Amino acid sequence: MTTWTSPAISSMRLERPRSLAHALDLLEADRGLTPMAGCTDLYVGIHFGSLKQRRFLDLQPLASLRKIQKRPDGTLVLGALVTYSQCLDSPLVARALPMLASAAKEIGGVQIRNRGTLGGNLGNASPAGDTLPVFLAADATVVLASARGVRRVPISQFFLGYRKTARRHNELITEIEVPPIAGKQWFRKVGTRAANAISKVVAAGVRGEGITFALGAVAPVAMRAYAAECALGSALPLSEAHRALRSEITPIDDLRSTAAYRARTACALLTQFWSETR
Amino acid sequence: MKLRINGTTFRVEAHPLERLLDVLRIQCKLTGTKEGCGEGECGACTVLLDGEPVNACLVPVAHAEGRSITTIEGLGGTEGSHPLQRSFVEQGAAQCGFCTPGMLISASVIPAGARREEIRCALAGNLCRCTGYSAVYRAVELARAKRARRRAR
Amino acid sequence: MPPRPRRPRPLSVVGTSPPRLEGAAKVAGTARYVDDLEFPGLLLGRTIRSTVPRGELLGWSMGRRPRGLHVVSAADIPGRNAIALLEPDQPCLVRREIRHAAEPVLLLAHEDRDALASVAVELRERPRKAQLDVRASRSFCKEILIEKGNLSRGFARADRIVEGEYTTGHQEQLYVETQGVIAVPEKDGVTIYGSLQCPYYVQKALVELLSLPPERVRIIQVETGGGFGGKEEYPSMIAGHAALLALKSGRPVKLVYDRSEDMLATTKRHPSIVRHKTGVRRDGSLTAMQIDVLLDAGAYVTLSPVVLSRGVLHAAGPYRCEDVQILGRAAMTNTPPNGAFRGFGAPQTQFAVEVHMERIAEALGIDPLELRRRNALRPGDTTATGQRLGADCSALPCLESAVRRSRFVARRRAIEKHNAKARVSGGPLRGIGLALFFHGSGFTGAGEVKLASRAALELTPTGARILVASTEIGQGTRTILSQIVAEELGWPLSRIEVADPDTREVPDSGPTVASRTCMIVGEILRRCAQSLKRALGRMTPRQYLAKNGPLVVTEQYDRPKSMHWDDVHYRGDAYGAYGYGCDVIELEIDPVTAEVRPAEVTAVQDIGRAIHPVLAAGQIEGGTAQGIAFALAEEVVMRDGRMANAQLTNYAVPTPLDTPPMQVEILEFPYGHGPFGAKGVGEMPIDGPSPAVVNALRHAGLDIRDIPAVPERIAGLVDSMRGAAT
Repeated sequence: MTTWTSPAISSMRLERPRSLAHALDLLEADRGLTPMAGCTDLYVGIHFGSLKQRRFLDLQPLASLRKIQKRPDGTLVLGALVTYSQCLDSPLVARALPMLASAAKEIGGVQIRNRGTLGGNLGNASPAGDTLPVFLAADATVVLASARGVRRVPISQFFLGYRKTARRHNELITEIEVPPIAGKQWFRKVGTRAANAISKVVAAGVRGEGITFALGAVAPVAMRAYAAECALGSALPLSEAHRALRSEITPIDDLRSTAAYRARTACALLTQFWSETR
Repeated sequence: MKLRINGTTFRVEAHPLERLLDVLRIQCKLTGTKEGCGEGECGACTVLLDGEPVNACLVPVAHAEGRSITTIEGLGGTEGSHPLQRSFVEQGAAQCGFCTPGMLISASVIPAGARREEIRCALAGNLCRCTGYSAVYRAVELARAKRARRRAR
Repeated sequence: MPPRPRRPRPLSVVGTSPPRLEGAAKVAGTARYVDDLEFPGLLLGRTIRSTVPRGELLGWSMGRRPRGLHVVSAADIPGRNAIALLEPDQPCLVRREIRHAAEPVLLLAHEDRDALASVAVELRERPRKAQLDVRASRSFCKEILIEKGNLSRGFARADRIVEGEYTTGHQEQLYVETQGVIAVPEKDGVTIYGSLQCPYYVQKALVELLSLPPERVRIIQVETGGGFGGKEEYPSMIAGHAALLALKSGRPVKLVYDRSEDMLATTKRHPSIVRHKTGVRRDGSLTAMQIDVLLDAGAYVTLSPVVLSRGVLHAAGPYRCEDVQILGRAAMTNTPPNGAFRGFGAPQTQFAVEVHMERIAEALGIDPLELRRRNALRPGDTTATGQRLGADCSALPCLESAVRRSRFVARRRAIEKHNAKARVSGGPLRGIGLALFFHGSGFTGAGEVKLASRAALELTPTGARILVASTEIGQGTRTILSQIVAEELGWPLSRIEVADPDTREVPDSGPTVASRTCMIVGEILRRCAQSLKRALGRMTPRQYLAKNGPLVVTEQYDRPKSMHWDDVHYRGDAYGAYGYGCDVIELEIDPVTAEVRPAEVTAVQDIGRAIHPVLAAGQIEGGTAQGIAFALAEEVVMRDGRMANAQLTNYAVPTPLDTPPMQVEILEFPYGHGPFGAKGVGEMPIDGPSPAVVNALRHAGLDIRDIPAVPERIAGLVDSMRGAAT
């Protein structure tokens, strides 16, 4: 027995806030309100009828969230509405977080990069989100605002499960703070094709005083590979790092790839990261 | 709601979450913009929003309000007189023609002097099943060369 | 010494590349495709489909019905509930039996999109055990046996016997414009405006379905956003649906699929399993070829028998061999029916034979290039059906030209040096491969005689108007047919017009398929132009019309006198002419990801005569790109008999960044019965790339016999090769 139906636009509502404060008030008042930014993911869900939500909060009017800044302490502050195209064009990003520029370059085509936002990528929390490993490897902090105040969540604690984040219903992702990074940054995406692709495996890493390595699409959430980092840091042979990595990832078979391929490619990426950041 | 399309103001009655693509095609009767997938993969619905290419199938019309929209109808008029349009015909870059409006819109903002690799990247969000893309690159390069020659004169 | 192309007489229109006739409208965005058309009172249609791959429909129920909703079920069909094509086995709407998981069951129409989308329908289906494994299926819709010489004699003469099995997957046509039609009820019938390749196929199907005489079923092809075979047969289905809704509601109905529905429900390329057993002498000459071809037809017959036919007719490749046996079968499974896709069975079987040739060379320890040189068909040789080839047989010239242009031998040596180092360093590996192939133009065997296509030319005050049912779907039909007519009449192209393919206006010039439009219909039109010229004498069209009144010249297909075909034994002249081609593809394999990047492509193809070189090159470039993706990327993931990745996000058609630069060379070995020597060009380009890619992978050290060779499938081989090196 099968039910066939898809939602009608006319049954949906869009709230258009005048200011950030107004947006936060609206969120406080309505648990079922879904923030909407570049719509590059959300509109696919609407079109194919797979989206459950009916009420949306339009973030486009919030121009203050579109800035890329650098604080005196060297922290790079990326507004939630910063687009991938902005990341590509920004000298600040190029200097402080080149692996984000690398990620942005491989997302979608120009059309998607002009619309898709960093906040959307984080909030959507797809395990294959391309900027997520970048922020994980950068030890970024997600800034969440609500009518009651501001909360800072380390990115390592932000992703709770498959498409689940630490954002509460009354909160908005307003900014991502990236501390100064010492060391070589590295990024690689392995997609279903050379452009307009969803990642089969995506990885970002930093090698300096410390080592960070993060992966997407090999677990229900984008994740730091702590055990592999540790193995690399203790100068164990690469095969040990691979063993560690395989123990901490939980890849699956899906429409785009297989668990076996994801696991072997995650290891191969770790090797490549290690040899290219020497 | 007022929309500024190809320099003309259109008054439309639309739900703010309607896709810009549907408003353009159905209400404004600008059917040059095509739908190929409805999920931002094929680029057939590419239009310029404040000069930047976007997929009109992923843009709520609310996001286009108060901004300048350019569709294929605004590129070179009904004659298709834009140099890119002429070179697309000349080089065989339009076969079935369905991806062509979106492809042209994306091509129209490729900076002068772009190399082949940059042209490929700029068009990476536009799928064409007919040409294998080679003719498209030739057309973009030809239009540029013609413009450069005209300037030189 | 290979024969040289004959130097043809100088021509003024044919062989030039004027702007395509509808080009300006396409680039201006004013070309009107079906979804761009408007009709007063237009309703939108929606299709409710089965969800189990096999079973029975027990009933259905519907939630709240919005006012103005129209519903059509099988009970509303006035004629026969079948899509008339080769066999009447496929219902237009399920009555009880369900044979695949995307079968149309109910049709809805409403004027408001949202209201239509929100109607909830529940189907009660009783599932039965489905046959999803083509190897296990014992239900064949067609078997063909080709026998030449004596197989056991051939094997007895062999020094070595080489065997192998090769498989290919589904492929989606992925025309960028999805399937769509509008049906308009008329006072005594119906008119269909549609995105389609074959107006008269749709007419034939609707005549049966609606129980109307042909003159009351009018089919008009509108601008069509690509077909590649995908709009050969399926439009009969969707047009039938729209027509039923239109007749029931009394209003025009538009049915345009979204991408997902299009991928789920419409036909794809037949998956294939081809086995070769080949006898070969030490010097490389082929003594015996035994070939077994199995195609997955899917749930209904559709065009599978003829796809199989073309498949087996190309299964031995462009090679000479005296003792040949080819057995082909098309088996039924509970997946959506497979159907026409550019190449029509030939890409599958030529993939197999060309990869097999590479393995034969390996087994003998001889150069695969030499193996092909030794065995390539030459003028005077016979094919597997005993067809003796004429002077236009250009397999060797294509091979030599592609080898020269691609610097194949030098590149191969350089790559082997490179790989020796890369295997140690772990860097990217390279490979270069080639494939030699051929493709018959037009319908198989007696097909053209049975079709008896007609074309007509109407005199206008300023020139002539072409009346054909051949459709423009991107390949340039309007333009090349006009060029042929203009050339024959000695007029400038501007004096030729082309009527829209409308069954009320144009004669049945057969379907727009099988690389037949230029060679077959073009030749009929050329003869029309000859007759018109004779009729005009020294008069201008205006003078003629003033004196004699209207003039329409109609001609019919005329079989070349020398052509003979025995359909029972599959002997004789399978095709009027063959085009030949050779592709050389160089690629790079990233050992980190097992991704393959095609780097350089050389495609040399003999098409008899390029009527319009730019359009012809466009066919070659586009077909080559599709063929490369067939080999490397395009994977239809079937789960429980249903395409699980029916979204553009998850089905990897190539983007600009996936498509390599191409070098195309057109050779012209004219065919005496084609217009100005032309043979077909549409399909052949997709035959060569997949074996060339896989042979390049083999050159790099990967033994691959199944495509698509996606990274998931080849990573194990890449890893073990590296493991062996370190």
